[in-house]
Amino acid sequence: MNGSNKSVYDTPTNVSETRRHILTILVDNEPGVLARVIGMFSGRGYNIDSLNVAEVSNQHLSRITIVTQGTNEVLERIQTQLMNIVPVHSVTNLQTEGSAVEAEVALVYMDIDERNRKNAYQICDFYRARRIENEHNSIIFEIAGTSQRIDSFIKDIRNITQIEIVRSGPVAISSMKKDKEE
Amino acid sequence: MSEQFTGAEIVLKSLLDQGVEVIFGYPGGAVLPIYDSLFKQNSIKHILVRQEGGAIHAAEGYARSSGKIGVVLVTSGPGVTNVVTGLTDAMMDSVPVVCITGQVPQHLIGSDAFQECDTTGITRPCTKHNYLVKDVNKLSGVFHEAFAIANNGRPGPVLIDIPKDVQFAKGKYLEPNSITIPKHRLFEPKVKGNEGQIYEASKLIANAKKPIFYIGGGCINSGLKASNLVREFVKETGAPATMTLMGLGVLPSSNKYSLGMLGMHGMYEANLAMHDCDVMINIGARFDDRVTGRLDAFSPNSKKIHIDIDASSINKNIKVDIPIIGDIESIMNQFQDVWKKNKFSTNKDVLEAWWKKIEEWKKIKCLDFEQKDEIIKPQQAVKRLYELTKGKNTIITTEVGQHQMWAAQYYKFEEPNRWLTSGGLGTMGYGFPAAIGAQVANPEALVIDIAGDASILMNMQEMSTAVQHRLPVKIFILNNEYMGMVRQWQELLHGGRYSESYTDSLPDFVKLAESYRAKGLRAKKASELDKVITEMIETDNTVIADIWVNKEENCFPMIQSGSAHNEMLLNKDQTHDKQAAEKGKVLV
Repeated sequence: MNGSNKSVYDTPTNVSETRRHILTILVDNEPGVLARVIGMFSGRGYNIDSLNVAEVSNQHLSRITIVTQGTNEVLERIQTQLMNIVPVHSVTNLQTEGSAVEAEVALVYMDIDERNRKNAYQICDFYRARRIENEHNSIIFEIAGTSQRIDSFIKDIRNITQIEIVRSGPVAISSMKKDKEE
Repeated sequence: MSEQFTGAEIVLKSLLDQGVEVIFGYPGGAVLPIYDSLFKQNSIKHILVRQEGGAIHAAEGYARSSGKIGVVLVTSGPGVTNVVTGLTDAMMDSVPVVCITGQVPQHLIGSDAFQECDTTGITRPCTKHNYLVKDVNKLSGVFHEAFAIANNGRPGPVLIDIPKDVQFAKGKYLEPNSITIPKHRLFEPKVKGNEGQIYEASKLIANAKKPIFYIGGGCINSGLKASNLVREFVKETGAPATMTLMGLGVLPSSNKYSLGMLGMHGMYEANLAMHDCDVMINIGARFDDRVTGRLDAFSPNSKKIHIDIDASSINKNIKVDIPIIGDIESIMNQFQDVWKKNKFSTNKDVLEAWWKKIEEWKKIKCLDFEQKDEIIKPQQAVKRLYELTKGKNTIITTEVGQHQMWAAQYYKFEEPNRWLTSGGLGTMGYGFPAAIGAQVANPEALVIDIAGDASILMNMQEMSTAVQHRLPVKIFILNNEYMGMVRQWQELLHGGRYSESYTDSLPDFVKLAESYRAKGLRAKKASELDKVITEMIETDNTVIADIWVNKEENCFPMIQSGSAHNEMLLNKDQTHDKQAAEKGKVLV
């Protein structure tokens, strides 16, 4: 009577495939709001690939940008759960919106000597990475762009020299015309 | 300059303006200023509990039986950690509660001060929202917002943490109508449902061959009118209806369309009808795992309509075809309008065939039992309790376990708000304090906590509360000396190895009652049952009735975890799939 069931854990039918999604969440800038948002993710077993928070210019609002992985069904659940958090104004899934522009920033510390300087600088030039002045005269570059672009920069520069890298994780904005939004 | 008040005075003024009549609480160092303000007034009554956990369950019982918001006042540190279970319970069962907690003074926060804990941190996942109020001038605004949030959309608990220095500080008081709550903070709940979807749903219902209503606690939260509208719509369509544990009472159990409760220990006919239906109309239920059983075998051939105020409940466990988000009262009104306007009706001949099938299932008589000898069957105890309290103004609460399921099966509810039980969290120890809260809200009612011998010990200390406040709550213990449901699962799934489920050294419940200056009664034999129940009802005092029941009785029918609706066990002799049982063992 129970022959066909392969697993006791319930597998929902017609699940779409797991994809990367960027959520942008507008919240009241009040104490604990970040904890509420990320607590929902950890408490309900969702993943956060990257997280960005900054105050937007006016009205005590902050924008939280979260990169996560999931099926459309999971993302729908994440969005409705986020909307239940009191200080949350809006949640937008830029993946479903389709046309969005994203960027992240990376700071790269390079170990450079006479032998690899030329090659390294060529790659930095190619990727339009910018050298940042600093008091120790260390060689630190800043690169901005899509995560894939930064990935390939890192891959290329690692072929030449050892590096230390700090990445911000992406932020994103809808590229649709404003009058089309609500 | 406007008149200045201390934070503690503002707390009391806010509560008064929110129409609060009763608070349940327990004093301590960090709330002394508020207790001082409480002492100086006579409008708000305080019920002193014996442990903070009792306060929050009492507030839940108060809220669920009255439709008002329950209010709790406890101190910092252990006061807070003791209410965490109740907050989670209220969160799971959508009970509106406002919990006020004291906090150490602000300059000590973060210093591991005496009775300090990170209250907002600990309670964040088990409240709809919580506050740490650092500015006395914001206190009244926070209170009014908290009350609005607790009751708005899907109800739930809200916590306000107030450092002691804020309770002493002076500031201004704002009245409820002088503040505006930003719309987004109130979830902007959709009250009205989408017209198009209601039309589509109506069409689906009208053309259904095997429809069924699946009714949940949301109908009760939406208010009495909602329940009445649901009753009318069920009658209009002539379709069968089943209720969840939380939804009992929405339809009277004597209603001819009612199939009773569904789910793990629900009625055979209700579960089979859910499995075989072609259109399911879920009104205010959430496809809980106690109801669905195995998800991939849950009502495989039906179109599903889901009416819920909480958008996050839609497609959470079960993918539905027509979701309708909004308040049940408005939506049921809309359904009636759409139904009339389009002259929809169900095909009575087609439905007759469906009812015929259901009547066949009913013939199994899944709740039948035989009271053979003098050993009291727990089912018989609940059945007689129902029969002897029928027609009285009765409110039933329960603890959690076998007795809870027997109460749900054998006690027949005719009205909503008469049945208070911990459904989502399954909190043992809920029933007695909840009964205290219900009795406070309904002084004239006969409030009975149907309990088990293990559960009742979890909040036994509240006997002292009940007697002090002259609350004639009745505790009806189905005493089998076991944690019955644990024992049942061990019998069915763990080879009868009754690991730690026997309660040795139980107290003498009669003497225990007497030691609290309450009444203790006992029935050891079936022939003593009626006399004890009658005496219990007639006693104008708190009563513990210790009913000695058959120790090995199991709760049937049952869908084991990991099984489907059409795989119900009707008794323990029934051979069940060994393999399925093995797999079900890992589930809860």
